[in-house]
Amino acid sequence: MHEWALAESVITTALKAAEKEQLDTITEIIIDIGELQQIEQELFSFAVNDIMKTYSPKLKNTKITVNIQHSTLRCKHCDSTWTFKDIEKNLNDDEAEAVHFLPEVAVVHSRCPKCNSPDFEIQAGRGVTIRSIKGTKK
Amino acid sequence: MEARTSIIEKRLSSINRIIAVASGKGGVGKSLVASTLALNLVKNGKKVGLLDLDLYGPSSHIILDIHDVFPKEDYGIIPPTMHGINFMSVVYFTEDKPAPFRGIDITNIIIELLAITQWGELDYLIIDLPPGIGEETLDIIRFIKKAEFLVISTPSKVALAAVDKLIKILQEMKLPTIGIIENMVHQPSSLIKKSMKQYNIRYLGQLLYDSTIENNLGFPNKLVKTNFAKELDNLMNSFLYQSP
Repeated sequence: MHEWALAESVITTALKAAEKEQLDTITEIIIDIGELQQIEQELFSFAVNDIMKTYSPKLKNTKITVNIQHSTLRCKHCDSTWTFKDIEKNLNDDEAEAVHFLPEVAVVHSRCPKCNSPDFEIQAGRGVTIRSIKGTKK
Repeated sequence: MEARTSIIEKRLSSINRIIAVASGKGGVGKSLVASTLALNLVKNGKKVGLLDLDLYGPSSHIILDIHDVFPKEDYGIIPPTMHGINFMSVVYFTEDKPAPFRGIDITNIIIELLAITQWGELDYLIIDLPPGIGEETLDIIRFIKKAEFLVISTPSKVALAAVDKLIKILQEMKLPTIGIIENMVHQPSSLIKKSMKQYNIRYLGQLLYDSTIENNLGFPNKLVKTNFAKELDNLMNSFLYQSP
C-alpha cells in the first residue's frame, strides 16, 4: 500500500514542524489529501496510527483528522471546469491505478470533456498537505 | 505545509552515491550514457537503481527493453528489477502516451515519485535528467542534496553553449560535479576540454561515435558489448570507483 509511504511522510513532516516549534507533544494533526490521490482513507488512517505508535512519544495522544479535498480541473483552451468524478468513469482500471499513484497523469489519460483538449490544469485536489498542527509546550 | 518532501531524505538514505546525468542540450546521449552506466555497474557487481526523470520523453525503458512490468506496492512502491537494475520511470504510469505536463505537474510528479519509491540499499542510483536547467534539474538540486552531477556534451559548439549554462548554475550553487564526458566524438577536437579548464571542471574523457549503437538499442546484453559501453567502462574506472 503506498498509503503507508504517504502516512509516513505526514508523520515525519509533523515531527519536524513540532521540533521547530519546540512542541513537547502533538495533540492534533489536520491533513488535507487531494481527491486525485485516490487514497483509501481507512488504509491511510490505519497506517498513520500504526506509524505514530513507533515514531515518537510526542505522538502518544494525537488526534488525526483527514479531509479529502475535492478536485477542480480547468481547461486552458475553453476555460470550462470539471471534477475528477466527471472523468473517472471513462478511465480503465490501469489508467485509474496510474492516477492513484501519480495524480498528474490525469492529463495523460483524459481530456477536457467539452473541447477534448489535453491542455488542462489541476486547480485543486492533488497532493498531501498538513493544514494545521496543535501541541503543547512544557 | 507540503507533507511529502520531508520523507525524501529517508527514502534515499540507504543509497551510497546518487549520480545525476545531465546536460544543457538534448540529443547528446544522456539516456544512453545513464542506461549503459547502470548496466556496466551491474556487470561490476554493484547494486544499482535507475530513475528516468525525462518525463516528456522517457527513453531509458526503450534502451533497456523494459516493458510489461509495473512497480509492486509494498509500504510505497518497489521499482521492478530488470537486467539487474531497479528501474523507475514515469512510463509505468503514462503507458508511453503523450504527457502534456505543465511545470507544476512536473514538480508534483517528482515529489510523489521520490516520496513513495522504496529503493532500499543501493551502491548507486543513476538519474537520467532531461536537457536544460528546468523543473527536473532544479527539483533534483532542491530535494536530493547528495546528488553528484555527471555532465554530458558532444564536441559541438552548439551543445557547448547550452552545457556552459548548466555548468555555470551548478558552480553558482556549489553543487558537486563529477566532471564532463564528451560523447559522439567523430574527430579529435580540444573544444570541450579547453572550455572546461576555465570552470575547473574535470574532463573525464571522450566516447567515440559508435555506428553500431542504434542496432543495439533495446538489447542490453548486446549493448554492454559495444565499443561505446567498453569505453564508458574505462572512463568509469577514473571517476566512479573513487570516493565522491
